[in-house]
Amino acid sequence: MSAYMAILSARFRMLLQYRAAAFAGFATQLFWGLIRVMIFEAFYRSTTQPQPMQFSQVVTYVWLSQALLGMIPWNVDSEVRGMIRTGTVVYELARPLDLYALWYTRAIAQRSAPTVLRAIPMFIVAGLLLGMQPPPSPASAAAWVVATVGALLLSAALTTLMTLSLLWTISGEGIVRLMAALVTIFSGLVLPLPLFPNWAQPVLNFLPFRGIIDAPLRVYMGHIPPAQIGAVLAHQIGWTLALALLERALLARGTRRLVVQGG
Amino acid sequence: MGDALRLYFRYLGLSLRGQMQYRASFWMLTLGQMLITGIEFLGIWALFDRFGSLRGWSLPEVALLYGIVNCAFALAEGVGRGFDIFPEMVKSGDFDRLLLRPRSTALQVAGLEMQLMRIGRLVQGLAVLLWAASALHALWTPARVALLLFAICGGACLFYGLFILQATLSFWTIETLEIMNTVTYGGTETAQYPMTIYRPWFRLFFTFVVPLACMNYLPANAILGRSPLPGLPLFVPWVAPAVGIIFLALTLQIWRLGVRHYRSTGN
Repeated sequence: MSAYMAILSARFRMLLQYRAAAFAGFATQLFWGLIRVMIFEAFYRSTTQPQPMQFSQVVTYVWLSQALLGMIPWNVDSEVRGMIRTGTVVYELARPLDLYALWYTRAIAQRSAPTVLRAIPMFIVAGLLLGMQPPPSPASAAAWVVATVGALLLSAALTTLMTLSLLWTISGEGIVRLMAALVTIFSGLVLPLPLFPNWAQPVLNFLPFRGIIDAPLRVYMGHIPPAQIGAVLAHQIGWTLALALLERALLARGTRRLVVQGG
Repeated sequence: MGDALRLYFRYLGLSLRGQMQYRASFWMLTLGQMLITGIEFLGIWALFDRFGSLRGWSLPEVALLYGIVNCAFALAEGVGRGFDIFPEMVKSGDFDRLLLRPRSTALQVAGLEMQLMRIGRLVQGLAVLLWAASALHALWTPARVALLLFAICGGACLFYGLFILQATLSFWTIETLEIMNTVTYGGTETAQYPMTIYRPWFRLFFTFVVPLACMNYLPANAILGRSPLPGLPLFVPWVAPAVGIIFLALTLQIWRLGVRHYRSTGN
């Protein structure tokens, strides 16, 4: 276990180095969030019908999703991609560690370190200036922390799935992009999932993607009451375990037929 | 000039031949590109399904805006890839080699690569545009079709200019380039909706600083037979896309300034 903790902390410190890039990214996200808020505002002003979510909640949703953008599994670990491409992946296979646990640990670091760097300033700026509301109760806040941990575990599992797809196609960008497209829309990043048509809700609720953004965010703002945190967590952990089983099987097959480039 | 153009197309031809060596990968990338951009439209559709209309604009009308800006962006992105990967050339010092050749640097960078997979976004944008054209009850006179094409070309020039600007920035710094995404990707997102829904400062920014409204909102109004702003002379929307071409010419001048400022990383 201590080996994995060391990997986690080393990756974490490495990823915290790029501060200027983080600032540029922050400004970009701020701009992006402003566009989204203005678009939603215009839509809400165009109707008098009651909606499944109030406009003020959508504003919080937008800023919170911008703050936690780094958690979204839409790219692979570029170092592992490089290793698979150049063949140095053999060193990974030779390490006295469980390869799946190793890559999964890397994915957790990849999804958490940049997020921390971007989330804190976003919370401050959006909370003070841009209308992001705090959680309505301490219970909601606590439930949100739990749901965010669940989201991180699920997101890392999806990241690992994308990384593993590279074992089959060297230029596996196609699959990665398809996954990224699914994640973008079905996690709630484009619009909060409750705003989708009612007939689509059962499907959206079943898919794993809502566990990454939509569910934790709605827990934060009390749109999902804190009492239901058990169901949210069960959905997240259930999918994480199912993906882990699938990925272990994929990795076992992948390494058996792995052809190392160059050797 | 003719000679330069021939060389440019020669460059692009080489790049295309290179990419078509990996056919399966090309098709997957193109399909992925099509889906990921198509999903944005799914989001817009879902919003209209929920809210009915957007401040007096219907879904087909917004689809027209969406189609114009996405086609323009896809064209610029496809041929402007050279400027997109340019910061890497500065970092590695490869740009020095271009300086030694007896051709303009802008031409050589422009010809570095043409990304065929961007056709995914283009096809998707065209599909939305065609759907909008048939769903709208607008009169498709030849003049309006011409204005539509003019708007797409003007928009492509504008985005191309923005890519050049981004590449020029890398002569000074390469760490903060992501900031340009606000006007490229952010601009595309913005222009998918009518400009009137935004706050005044934001509208002014995308009209006078980055003149996206001239490529998209103004001509779309003329095509739809709406009046964009009270007091605006009627001919303005018809000539507005020319601003994109002027913008591109300006950015090429700034690029020259950057090249003069360039100091190699020296390796």
